[in-house]
Amino acid sequence: MTVTATDPTPVSEAPKSSGTRLVDRVLRMRELAILAVFLVMIVITQLGNSEFLSEQGIKDLLLNATILVIVATGQSLVVMTRNVDLSVGSTLGISAFATGTYLQGGGNPLVAVLLAVLTGVGFGLLNGLLVSLGQVPALVVTLGTLYIIRGIDSIWVGSRQITAADLPGGFVGFGSGGVSAVPWLALIALAVLVATAYYLEHFGGGRELYALGSDPEAARLAGIPVRKRILAVYTFCGALAGLAGALYLARFGNVDSGTGNGYELTVVSAVVVGGVVFTGGSGSVYGAALGALLLTSVNSVLPALGVSSVWVLAINGVLLILAIAVDRIVALRVARTLEKLKKRSARRG
Amino acid sequence: MTHPSDTGPAPVLALRDVSKSFGAVRALRDVSLELFPGEVHALAGENGAGKSTLIKTLAGVHRPDAGQVLLDGEPTVFHGPADARDAGIAVIYQEPTLFPDLSIAENIYMGRQPKRALGRIDHKATYAATLELMRRLGVGLDPGRPARGLSIADQQIVEIAKALSFDARVLVMDEPTAALTGSEVARLFGVVRTLRDQGAAVLFISHRLEEIFEICRRVTTLRDGAFVSSEPLAGMTEDDLVRRMVGRDLAELYPKQEVEAGAVALSVRRLTREGVFTDVSFEVRRGEIVGLAGLVGAGRTEVARAVFGIDRWDAGEVEVDGKALTNGAPSTAMAAGLALVPEDRRAQGLVMDMSIERNIGLTGLRTTVKAGLMDRGAERSRSLDWAVKLQVKYARIADTVSTLSGGNQQKVVLAKWLATGPKVLIVDEPTRGIDVGTKAEVHRLLSQLAADGVAVLMISSDLPEILGMADRVLVMHEGRVTAAIPRADATEETVMAAATGRAAA
Repeated sequence: MTVTATDPTPVSEAPKSSGTRLVDRVLRMRELAILAVFLVMIVITQLGNSEFLSEQGIKDLLLNATILVIVATGQSLVVMTRNVDLSVGSTLGISAFATGTYLQGGGNPLVAVLLAVLTGVGFGLLNGLLVSLGQVPALVVTLGTLYIIRGIDSIWVGSRQITAADLPGGFVGFGSGGVSAVPWLALIALAVLVATAYYLEHFGGGRELYALGSDPEAARLAGIPVRKRILAVYTFCGALAGLAGALYLARFGNVDSGTGNGYELTVVSAVVVGGVVFTGGSGSVYGAALGALLLTSVNSVLPALGVSSVWVLAINGVLLILAIAVDRIVALRVARTLEKLKKRSARRG
Repeated sequence: MTHPSDTGPAPVLALRDVSKSFGAVRALRDVSLELFPGEVHALAGENGAGKSTLIKTLAGVHRPDAGQVLLDGEPTVFHGPADARDAGIAVIYQEPTLFPDLSIAENIYMGRQPKRALGRIDHKATYAATLELMRRLGVGLDPGRPARGLSIADQQIVEIAKALSFDARVLVMDEPTAALTGSEVARLFGVVRTLRDQGAAVLFISHRLEEIFEICRRVTTLRDGAFVSSEPLAGMTEDDLVRRMVGRDLAELYPKQEVEAGAVALSVRRLTREGVFTDVSFEVRRGEIVGLAGLVGAGRTEVARAVFGIDRWDAGEVEVDGKALTNGAPSTAMAAGLALVPEDRRAQGLVMDMSIERNIGLTGLRTTVKAGLMDRGAERSRSLDWAVKLQVKYARIADTVSTLSGGNQQKVVLAKWLATGPKVLIVDEPTRGIDVGTKAEVHRLLSQLAADGVAVLMISSDLPEILGMADRVLVMHEGRVTAAIPRADATEETVMAAATGRAAA
């Protein structure tokens, strides 16, 4: 079927690619804006405290962000599909303890990490099955699994605790080591981040996640395997939460039944600050990672400036609301610009 | 004209004695349909006749309970939309199914993107292929632009481009023209004719009978889920077709009563909302129906919203019965006796998950209150009263509105506002997407309201409706009223001339 000659009355002779450039610019702007806020904050802190950006200082900034970046990467995929996974904190906690228990018995560190990831995969699958098959809102389902996993963790762990002394030295050394100012853990997070971003941008399965979040009904009609994708996304998110558990153990060397408690809210904040919109279909993992970096840096910046760390939570809250406000304003502006483009082209037609 | 199967090619796609039920509702009963290459086939029927279910069966969304789907004469089972698509069936739904956040190119190629090594998407090739599709369709849409904010007409072009992109042999179009202006319909028909001439089979659904006669060769009619007939259109009249759809003779479609206009009820003076509409002045008298015509985007809906107080205006004034309305206050507009039946009944007119009773009751929350509490009995009797007056077809008044057909939903919106006893009624596209039977009822109702002394302002893109129902026609173009034409002088030509900004002849 080839159409060559049709009614030559183009109703909407849109100016070439002005729409594209606009949207690209907005999206890039969103990530650049977080980066700018981050850099301003760092510069101000450095001016106030010249010790701040020492080699150890930079290393701490990166180390603090690492675990959040990994979990936020998984979470942003879930949020893109108009869902949410509140159980990531519990998954992180139980994976960390499982890894610790295994290593305590003299296990191989690589197998230990794999074990953590598999634990996460298991709980991710559970979430995915409940959300995709049960047709129950993700918020409720994962709130349920948050408590279930935490409950299992508490029963299993009891009042036990794993400390750095129980772990192989190499494992803990890896957790705090690195190439000059760049920790190994940050390199792992970066690898995960870049691979995920590449998949989202360049593979059909990745693009389908955006489609799915943008309009679930249209996705179904376009033949996208909606349930399969949602299952996969939750599994991936769980796997990253599990991996984060192992890295948490390596970094802090200290795990008990409360590990990761309330972490899901920090993760969701990072994702939202990073511009992944809760209504699905847009945002990027790079944005989420920048959001994570920004939120964790507040923790280091305040003490460096001599401000009490009791302010951290309040400041994170303000950043969150600011981010949402900015998104809203940008969305309104884009809508208005598109409207103008349409009017202009209609007039020309 | 002989039946094509006697001489011509075999049907590409056919349904044979297909039935489909949803719970106790039998949506389709023993329906047969044959689509031939190079032919546009109409599917006619009132709302609720089973057209949508039939389309979804062709699209692989529903699987028939009984009967067969035949592809090139072979019985086939579609396990999902992807199967139907792979078989070369493209469906353009009434509600566009695009991904607003993704680009036009991605929308077209979602799930079938051209690939590079290692299964990676070739974004450049996707873009180029889309550009080529746009060129073939003769439109200047930028493939990289997001689907968000596209007009309905452009969204349909994207859907057609999608169909082209996988060389669809069957194109199913569910009311593609419902929201289009005249020139957009002409463009769409140009594209459809080209596809037809190149051998595609097209199934076309429209409530506008003149369109069916313009572009289709044969018609299959459904009524209440059952097959009525499948026959050539040549030699049929609109009345014949309506009789098959409705099952009875339809009283006049535009039953306009002549009413002596009374005092001015609604007066709008020099109303301006910056960048939206400018210097809009008009009056509507008691007993009058004033039609507000114009192209989509001319600012008609926006004027109605401002008059009712949903949006603020920047300059000018609005009076109901000589009393000025407050800027941006729907509650005072309602108290003054103004009612607005909005264009988009799903999003603005109804709470879809609430019962019929409660939807109608919403506007009466202040009157059906006793000692600060809702009087449920009063609400029910008030709602029942109006539902009966408007002949809404429902099982129980406590059923949710979402279970009703489009025409009946529209009646519920009307009932909701008529229950307030308005002096001035503004209706925005009152019959869009509803069947002829209900359309005639809505028209009779509007005419009766005018006869009872209500001032009616009717916004409509349906030109015959404007010409058939209005005492006077106001025409808007790019935010200004460009003409006020009395009934005697209003013709398609005079109205279109003003609507497109050409000087009135």
